[in-house]
Amino acid sequence: MLTNPDSHITVLLTIGCAALVTYSLRIGGLLLSDRLPQSGRFKRFMDALPGTILLSLIAPGIASAGFWGGVGALCTAICTYKTRNVFLAMLIGVGIVAISRQLSP
Amino acid sequence: MYKGIRSGFVANLPVAASVGAYGSVLGVLAAQKSIGWAELLLMNLSIFAGSAQYVMVDMWMPPLPIVEITLAVLIINLRYMLIGASLRPVFEGKSLIHKFAMMHFVADENWAVTMAACRQGNASTHFLFGGGLCVMSAWCFGTLLGHRLGAVIQNPEAYALDFAFIAVFTALTFSMWNGKKDIAPWLGAAALAIIAERLLPGKWYIVIGGIGGALISAGYEGKGEKNVDKS
Repeated sequence: MLTNPDSHITVLLTIGCAALVTYSLRIGGLLLSDRLPQSGRFKRFMDALPGTILLSLIAPGIASAGFWGGVGALCTAICTYKTRNVFLAMLIGVGIVAISRQLSP
Repeated sequence: MYKGIRSGFVANLPVAASVGAYGSVLGVLAAQKSIGWAELLLMNLSIFAGSAQYVMVDMWMPPLPIVEITLAVLIINLRYMLIGASLRPVFEGKSLIHKFAMMHFVADENWAVTMAACRQGNASTHFLFGGGLCVMSAWCFGTLLGHRLGAVIQNPEAYALDFAFIAVFTALTFSMWNGKKDIAPWLGAAALAIIAERLLPGKWYIVIGGIGGALISAGYEGKGEKNVDKS
């Protein structure tokens, strides 16, 4: 805990600014979408966005997680495809990586 | 309404486990930076964006660089603009007040689960909100538990808790797989993201990969299936 009162105000201000920016981006995106076309190429673009955003979020992480990270991600993907069970797939991925880390000091 | 919230909450329980896991990592890091649990809880409730909170904790040293932190959060969270935009089908026909009320509890996790449900025709704004409550609960539990254990666990990476983030999003991504037409956009997105992550600072790679991959999708079908484009 930061000790002096000025720092406490600074903390609150920092968190407040971050919160305001984050919320603005969320609601801004939704409101702006009403102004955009709803057919053709643009719709295909928007429909594809969820998958490509998620994949972009994790691709560098998988790339830098090394061999066993790649194996973990691959097994997670296969398990998801086969079982549609997100929780089970996650456990398999984390388990593989955890075991590999324990075995190699 | 209650039904939608409840089904959203339940549908997000699997991802909640991973949220709690990598939340605990953030909690440990926050404890090491002498961030109090009350401050951490305030961050959780008011920001509700894991990667932004990670960056904030990383930059946390007195005197706090407010402007730098805010700019970093802005860049890191740019994808929420895209996420918000992609939620239009779920919010179709809803009032402006409804949109403002529902959009705070939107994180990667419950957004992804809601989009997957949307593709099956099961999504609603209350489903999204219920998912947000579930993810929020797990996030607070994980971060505060990690904060408490911060003095005990020196190396959470040894248990691959950090990989939980990648694992759950790998699972969520592939639950959105829609057949062969997704191959090119996804390969493009992954390649662009990996390249951009190495060349550019911050989280630009998410925006670049996401938009780049989706653009491939828009162009790809347009060329090959112009006459049957009725969607």
